[in-house]
Amino acid sequence: MDHISPVLWQFLQKWLTHFALFPPEASKIAPEMDALYFFMVLVSLVGLTLVVLLIVGFSILYSKTRHPKAVQIEGSTILEATWTIIPLGLFLIMFVWGALLYFRIYTPPANAMNIYVVGKQWMWKVEHPGGQHEINALHVPTGRPIQLTLISQDVFHSFSIPAFRVKREAIPGRYTTVWFEATTPGTYHLFCTQYCGTNHSQMIGDVVVMTPDDFKKWLEGSTSGNSLAQDGERLFASLSCNACHNTRPDSRGPSLANVYDSRLTLSTGEIITADDAYLRQAILNPSQHITQGYAPIMPTYQGQVSEEGVIALVEYIKNLDSDYRVQQTLNTTDLVPENPGAKPATAGPTPAAQKEVKP
Amino acid sequence: MSAATIVSLPDQSTARIPKMNFLSKENGLLSWLLTGDHKRIATLYLISITFFFFIGGSLAGLIRLELLTPQTSLMAADTYNKVFTMHGVIMVFLFLVPSVPATIGNFVIPMMVGAKDLALPKVNLLSWYLYVVAGIMVVYSMAAGGVDTGWTFTSPLSTHYLNTHVISTGLAIFVAGFSSIFTGLNFIVTIHKMRCPGMTWFRLPLFVWSNYAASILMVLGTPVLAITLVLVVLERTLHIGVFDPAYGGDPILFQHLFWFYSHPAVYIMILPGMGVISEVVSTFSRKRVFGYTAVAFSSVAIAVFGFFVWAHHMFIMGISNYAALVFSLLTMLVAVPSAIKIFNWAFTLYKGSITFETPMLYAFGFMGLFTIGGMTGVFLGSTGTDIHLTETYFIVAHFHFVMVGGMLMAFLSGIHFWWPKWTGRMYPEKISQFAAVVTFIGFNFTFFPQFILGTLGMPRRYAAYPPEFQALNVFSTAGATILGIGYLLPILYLTWSLKYGAIAGSNPWQATGLEWQTQSPPLTENFPETPIMDHEAYDYDWLEHQEQKEVASVG
Repeated sequence: MDHISPVLWQFLQKWLTHFALFPPEASKIAPEMDALYFFMVLVSLVGLTLVVLLIVGFSILYSKTRHPKAVQIEGSTILEATWTIIPLGLFLIMFVWGALLYFRIYTPPANAMNIYVVGKQWMWKVEHPGGQHEINALHVPTGRPIQLTLISQDVFHSFSIPAFRVKREAIPGRYTTVWFEATTPGTYHLFCTQYCGTNHSQMIGDVVVMTPDDFKKWLEGSTSGNSLAQDGERLFASLSCNACHNTRPDSRGPSLANVYDSRLTLSTGEIITADDAYLRQAILNPSQHITQGYAPIMPTYQGQVSEEGVIALVEYIKNLDSDYRVQQTLNTTDLVPENPGAKPATAGPTPAAQKEVKP
Repeated sequence: MSAATIVSLPDQSTARIPKMNFLSKENGLLSWLLTGDHKRIATLYLISITFFFFIGGSLAGLIRLELLTPQTSLMAADTYNKVFTMHGVIMVFLFLVPSVPATIGNFVIPMMVGAKDLALPKVNLLSWYLYVVAGIMVVYSMAAGGVDTGWTFTSPLSTHYLNTHVISTGLAIFVAGFSSIFTGLNFIVTIHKMRCPGMTWFRLPLFVWSNYAASILMVLGTPVLAITLVLVVLERTLHIGVFDPAYGGDPILFQHLFWFYSHPAVYIMILPGMGVISEVVSTFSRKRVFGYTAVAFSSVAIAVFGFFVWAHHMFIMGISNYAALVFSLLTMLVAVPSAIKIFNWAFTLYKGSITFETPMLYAFGFMGLFTIGGMTGVFLGSTGTDIHLTETYFIVAHFHFVMVGGMLMAFLSGIHFWWPKWTGRMYPEKISQFAAVVTFIGFNFTFFPQFILGTLGMPRRYAAYPPEFQALNVFSTAGATILGIGYLLPILYLTWSLKYGAIAGSNPWQATGLEWQTQSPPLTENFPETPIMDHEAYDYDWLEHQEQKEVASVG
């Protein structure tokens, strides 16, 4: 190959070693999405071949040299109906097939492990429920549905993992969710795909997929000492939330135990479900979210709590299943001790593990 | 390719450009700057959009050069962001939107309907001036330091996080918007009111139908863009809190408003191009367009459905799953009329008598590339695959196939097709056929690798990228070089032909449109007397009969 220039040769070599037509399939949904993708590629190729054959074929058969006099044809209803109905049918198949995938990717299963992701110019901050913090990296186990709850602190970002075939916009001011189940251990690309300013192309990272055992070890090795809910508890106390949300008979705010996922009647008469988004709004913009029977006296916490802080508070409220915990917080005069109760090192990702923490 | 041709030129030894024509009627700069003649305004537009295409194209060259290596080696990330923003702004608002309607449409629509001019000649001149003002503002923004929002102006990035020239660029697009509203309005009034006797709606050339559909989109859609940009400016200056959640606004609202215009804008750009293809395919196969009514109504269908698909740009942005479902279904429906058109054009060739002059080669290029562009649009319209493919190079490749492979091919096809009418002279055939082939090859080299890059996950608007994507990017940049040559050639030989091209005569292509039945270049009044339309569009038998009559009368 010495007659090819070395630069060109190197280039070809590089290209052939990295040659791929689609990224690795590392999640449960990836092969299913690829099936639809290749179906579409097939239909496109057939369609394109047909168009090219018609153009080339007619150009040869009816060129002026062969066919000097054109025959005027008005049209043909049958032919036109054919090429209206067949593409329409194919497009509808793609529509239904695509919608099935879409609903699956954006409807997390109830047993998914929730990880919070905050996007900001120009990094990804990941908060595991066990209190593990990551920047521009995401560690997940195989064989377990993972739900990501995303929010942006400033502008639009988009959390994209090509190997999992999932992507979701991180939007300022509201939570979005996406889920996946990783299947193959390895390290994969994490990209911000929504243009977000100067260092958009540096807002990248690694998604590390581990076997459940490795993941457990990683969790233990990376804990910050407090679980996310415990961080929330401390914040809850330091912001004096318990001055009103204290379960006393004369309390000025509603009790927060078991409020998560419950149906609430607001002062406007509207009935809503208290999900993550509602809790966030109720903290930051309380005057718009008054529970029936309470006075609109709660001040806004907009600008006083970071998105990570709100996440910690939400996580704390989520895990409050009795008034007891709030009263405990109330009794300790200012802050709860550093390591309340049990063993934070094993503060695992499951809600069950969260409960262990409670005395 | 056969040697057969339909070109019939007058005897070159005796032929002259007619003494009285719209170019020679008056002289001096003022006669151009104050003209009301649609053909002169079209000429002004042609010169100005070519200028901006040249700037936008140079910026594209810079983008491809930067992406030759995975690191930011040619320019800093900030500069790169400004370059791709300007490339987008210039190409979309200063080239693609006015490309066919304001130049070719302006030039031929009055002649096609048998009128002396557009209905509102002064408004037509005003829209060119607005275009120039917008152009100057864009050039100012660029020279003053640029803007790095991306052409989509996504809020809150554009409203609170950048200190570049967002306001002047936003206002420039606001002004350009009015230019396009006025053009659309003028076309609608002209097509309704200025048709010559006998010119019924179903005798109109399909180019008129498609421009009519595009005009409706311009008039109804552009005001929404104008409002959105004003809100962005107000949000930046007064913090009115419409879009930024920190002030109680809703950033998704911006997306809805922006795409409510910018999706129909895609059809504003492509529909007039489709009109060109209908004219060219019919002329060079000497056959009426297969299923005239279906092609005409498919333009209208695209315009109507085009207004109800905007949220397919937002499938991953947290709109409700059911909203995504509805918009995906509507997107599938809007894909059907485009498929109908492709097959109707292909069957126009059936039993025709085909020749392969340059406009036809570009039209073939359009049909092939638009098929790919349209099909990959379905990949993105289907909600499931959109999640993986959106915001990557797949979408970049998709819209360049539609806009460059489709629209620019159609524009070049139309420019070559009507060049003899416009200037009275032929372009050189062989070199322009060569340029058409070079463009086609260069285009595929540039943009096809980007489909693979996108599928592999490479995000768009990245100044730096992981090294494993380099090989395909090198292919793309190499292709862009070929493509650049393909676009430079026409600028050179068309300029050459202004002086040295063969005299074209009134109807070198033996085409049926009314514009071909008058001298080239036409009189300022277009026709010596008001024409009477007594036959269907694309009636080649009528044309033949007409020629026999002429021969008989001369004899």
